[in-house]
Amino acid sequence: MGTTLVFLEHHGGELQKGGLGVLARAASLGGEVAGVVLGHGVQDVAAQAGAYGASTVYVVDHETLAPPLPQPRVDALAAVVAETGAENVLFAGSVLSADVAAGLAARLDAGLNWDLTDLVADGGGLVGKRPALGDTVLVDVGWTTTPRLALVRSGSFEPVETGGTATVTPVSAQFEDFSTQPVLVEHLQETTSGPSIEEADVIVAGGRGLGAPEGFKLCEELADALGGAVAATRAVVDAGWYPYSTQVGQTGKSVSPRLYIALGISGAIQHKVGMQSSGTIVAVNKDPNAPIFDFADLGVIGDLNQIAPKLAELVRARKA
Amino acid sequence: MTGFDCVTACARVARVLAVKIAVCVKQVPDAAAAKRLDPATGRLDRSGETALNATDVNAVEEALRLKEAHGGEIVVVSVGPEKALESLRKALAMGADRAVLVSDPAVAGSDLVATSHVLAKALEREAADLVLFGQQSSDSDGAVLWAAVADRLRRPMISQVAELKLDGGTATGKRQTEFGYDVIAVPLPAVVAVSDAINEPRYPSLKGIMSAKSKPTETLSLADLGVEGERVGVAGSRTTVMGMAPPPPKGGQVKIEDDGNAAEKIVDFLAERKLL
Amino acid sequence: MTAIRAADYPPPFSSAEAIGAPTDAADERIEVGVLVVGGGPGGLACAIRLGQLLQEQPELAERLGDVPVALVDKGKQPGSHLLSGAVMNPRAVRRLFKGRPDQLDGIPTYGEVHREGVYLLTKGRALRIPPPPTMRNHGNWIVSISQLARYLADQAETAGTMVLPETSADTLLVDHGRVVGIRTGDKGRGKEGEPLGNFEPGADIVAKVTVLAEGTAGHLTAAAVDRFGLHGRNPQIWELGVKEVWRVAKPLDRIVHTLGWPLRKGARYREFGGSWIYPMGDELVSLGFVIGLDYRDVELSAHDLLQEFKTHPFVRKLLDGGERVAWGAKTISSGGFHSLPRKLNAPGLLLVGESAGLVNIPRLKGVHYAIESGRLAAEAAVRALGRGEVPGRIGALDSYDDELLGGYVGRELREVRNMRQAFDKGFFVGGALASAMTVTKGKLPPGELGTEPNADAPLLKTNRAAGYPAADGALTFDKLSSVFASGNRTRDDQPNHVRIERRVPREVAELWSWMCPAQVYEVGEDDGDGLVQVKLTPSNCVQCGAITAKGGRLTPPEGGSGPEYTLT
Repeated sequence: MGTTLVFLEHHGGELQKGGLGVLARAASLGGEVAGVVLGHGVQDVAAQAGAYGASTVYVVDHETLAPPLPQPRVDALAAVVAETGAENVLFAGSVLSADVAAGLAARLDAGLNWDLTDLVADGGGLVGKRPALGDTVLVDVGWTTTPRLALVRSGSFEPVETGGTATVTPVSAQFEDFSTQPVLVEHLQETTSGPSIEEADVIVAGGRGLGAPEGFKLCEELADALGGAVAATRAVVDAGWYPYSTQVGQTGKSVSPRLYIALGISGAIQHKVGMQSSGTIVAVNKDPNAPIFDFADLGVIGDLNQIAPKLAELVRARKA
Repeated sequence: MTGFDCVTACARVARVLAVKIAVCVKQVPDAAAAKRLDPATGRLDRSGETALNATDVNAVEEALRLKEAHGGEIVVVSVGPEKALESLRKALAMGADRAVLVSDPAVAGSDLVATSHVLAKALEREAADLVLFGQQSSDSDGAVLWAAVADRLRRPMISQVAELKLDGGTATGKRQTEFGYDVIAVPLPAVVAVSDAINEPRYPSLKGIMSAKSKPTETLSLADLGVEGERVGVAGSRTTVMGMAPPPPKGGQVKIEDDGNAAEKIVDFLAERKLL
Repeated sequence: MTAIRAADYPPPFSSAEAIGAPTDAADERIEVGVLVVGGGPGGLACAIRLGQLLQEQPELAERLGDVPVALVDKGKQPGSHLLSGAVMNPRAVRRLFKGRPDQLDGIPTYGEVHREGVYLLTKGRALRIPPPPTMRNHGNWIVSISQLARYLADQAETAGTMVLPETSADTLLVDHGRVVGIRTGDKGRGKEGEPLGNFEPGADIVAKVTVLAEGTAGHLTAAAVDRFGLHGRNPQIWELGVKEVWRVAKPLDRIVHTLGWPLRKGARYREFGGSWIYPMGDELVSLGFVIGLDYRDVELSAHDLLQEFKTHPFVRKLLDGGERVAWGAKTISSGGFHSLPRKLNAPGLLLVGESAGLVNIPRLKGVHYAIESGRLAAEAAVRALGRGEVPGRIGALDSYDDELLGGYVGRELREVRNMRQAFDKGFFVGGALASAMTVTKGKLPPGELGTEPNADAPLLKTNRAAGYPAADGALTFDKLSSVFASGNRTRDDQPNHVRIERRVPREVAELWSWMCPAQVYEVGEDDGDGLVQVKLTPSNCVQCGAITAKGGRLTPPEGGSGPEYTLT
């Protein structure tokens, strides 16, 4: 296996966890593994990659790359690929990386497989595993040419601290006119409330088992402690207990957070299809026959009114 | 200013104001029809009922709003089998003006690289001021198509747009990321991918549905576009689907009864899985 | 103690609500020549025949304007709301496509019936019994009515009909005593009826002739019958059928009908019904359980009866190794001849198919009656639209009634006119009477049997629910997952389209809760005076029509909502 490049996103002077996780996975594929860091004034950030398994980090440091926009990154990455003759280019899935990976695929006429939950070396090549049909099947996908581009589903791999150092190698790139045409007018206006349910990493969802609209306070407490968002089932939204925008399910939103905690939710299929691809599902329900226990990773038969506040308290203590 | 100058000035302003929008839409198997992977090809079995991809409807709606504000023309473009014309008609019923379908058996089995090539050729032919995409394909087979097409068209692009404005020759979009939102401006001609948060699509009126049947629809073959066979289908693709299997059973489902320590057990469980 | 009846708690609905004059400005109205309401086999046959006739009469086609024939259907696409067994007598499609062999050959079928068996079930056994004379299906075609409609819709479009799915018919437009068209339903209203951001008002569609082919529990048909005084001798009554389609490991070699278990034979229960199991090619099987809605037990649930039925060893064996691929529910008009409106037409109006009540329950046949009536309606309409005719004139469409009732449809319905009612007397007496009727072609026993509206049945409670199996997700299923399997994904913030009295005795709330295959109704909180609130989840509704039979009123929700049947 030749060189594998791993696109490492950074934010606020720190390398993002997703890319570092992919870096760890890349080490198992054989061949050299190098990180790629693109931005402006990113020498220090780039060096961080050494501690996570990169022997080399290629850096394109240019003011054009200062704003978090995808198209100049396609130019820069194409330059790195050309210079290194890389065989694989891996990305941890994100809003930015999806655009970059697809743009690069078109630029290089290179195959791109996305939403992968695993990558394995196979007879000199690479095989990706991709969930399909609401995560009910796992499809094996491959590439017919190199370089092979892969977008990995966020959270699929954990970073591994190897404590090493990396050689930071600068690469220069030319930018296309059209790439530099988008202009960042305003940056990072945070929304005042917490993450929306579509973006949240953690969701605490409430159903009829909460008993009354006031029950959502328990969900909010727990979500707050975990840094997550609150969602609701169709039944309680219909009853007016929580806003329609938080409804998860067949006729609401589809979510796939890393952690989904279901409080007082029976787990009817109309709800299940909206959250079944969540990473880990924890359910608390006092009915031992609730269908949700058929697919929860951790099912707890008990009174959520006792368990949820205690859980919030313990989580806060842990995080402190 | 003479009368003649006035006319040309007005015409120039009108040309600047009126905008030609191409909306790329995809027909997907209807969510209600049981989705299946075709065991022969490993790809989604598309022989079932079909509907316009949900977010593409948002893109069509956004195009309609822009046309209502600025005047112009909306053409909906799709690559697919003949029956994709039905979905295109839905877009026409909402108010789009023309439909273009690239339908050629050679296209079957095309991946991102191949599809983006064909779509870019069709869009070049249209030479629109603004190319719109819906952000999420419900069969996630078309995800990220817009970025590949924008690169082939050599046009600036904004994606994840939850709010879009046109002013003179500039499009300004509010782009949503994991960290919050950015506001980005691009000069036309440009490519914009919109999220489903951008608008609430209209229902086509009965009159709209009835008039859709007589709006111009073009069906093009690859030859019409000047696309060579080796650039599409399996030959033109750079990825393959090799097989499928049920996912590995989710390691150890655990079910416990609260004996007073459930909260602690949950915390341990989460910590073990590095979720805290 | 007086018995509790659902009929004593009528819904807040009056037919007058569904009748009105056009309200759009004259130049805003959509003008068509003939408007067909309902994309089932009846409506589509009518549209196809109209297309055929207009091809032969181009000057008439010209006079009918830009859209000579339009057809509206409230489902997502034709077939989305259609459900039946079905074993269809091909005689009507042969007539419809006479001289057009390509169109006839293109009809999707699962083959002809070669073998059939009728079984009387007891709890553990299945006894083969000779099929009653009304049940001879050799040579009939096994079809999916949903697929049939999709095919017929294509033919109708080719023949020039403008097919408009996702369009509900809300109001019958009547002007100066004549039917002049319909008003379609609004879209984009919220839970309280308030217009949402994408609100799209309905539109007036005006037509020279309006054909109502709404199927069971037709909304406008019932209003039209009231408005024009077309009530038949007996009120309409219904059966409720719940159906599943299964992929099976072993092909089924015959069509099967069963009687008996799990229904109870005693006259006081009034449990009339049975099941069907039909092969759909080698890989699929259609099965369903049907029960008359005149039943009395509050805990009777057609859906759960189907689940219980599947646990019988006879059925279990057929389904072993298979998996469920579809589910649905729909009522069937079963009043027969005496429940037909006294006239099937009014000025500017024709009533076609099941909505007119053209169903032969003892033969379990209705699809070919619908097609035949659709064809005849088209011919009557074209006659009335001929040069110098006025279709709105009283009696202008009477030739439809004459042809239909004078032909085989009328004749066959008359022969079995008392058969269904005989079963009010219980399985054995009813069975004996039915045999007598068949053998004498309706001449014996003498006299005409009356019918009580389904909602009048005095309720009783027997803990019947204890016999229903718990859902195991493999052989038996709960209602919610079944609603999911119907393809229903109606948006939750739609206005409620089900009209019922919301404060009723507990027994009535329970009746509806068990009755509804889609779990729309739930017993809510106590409301004092021995009454409870009825909780509604209208978005679950698969528009089967049962509530209309049993004390409420189903009105059409927003076009495009409801189930999306493809295999039923």
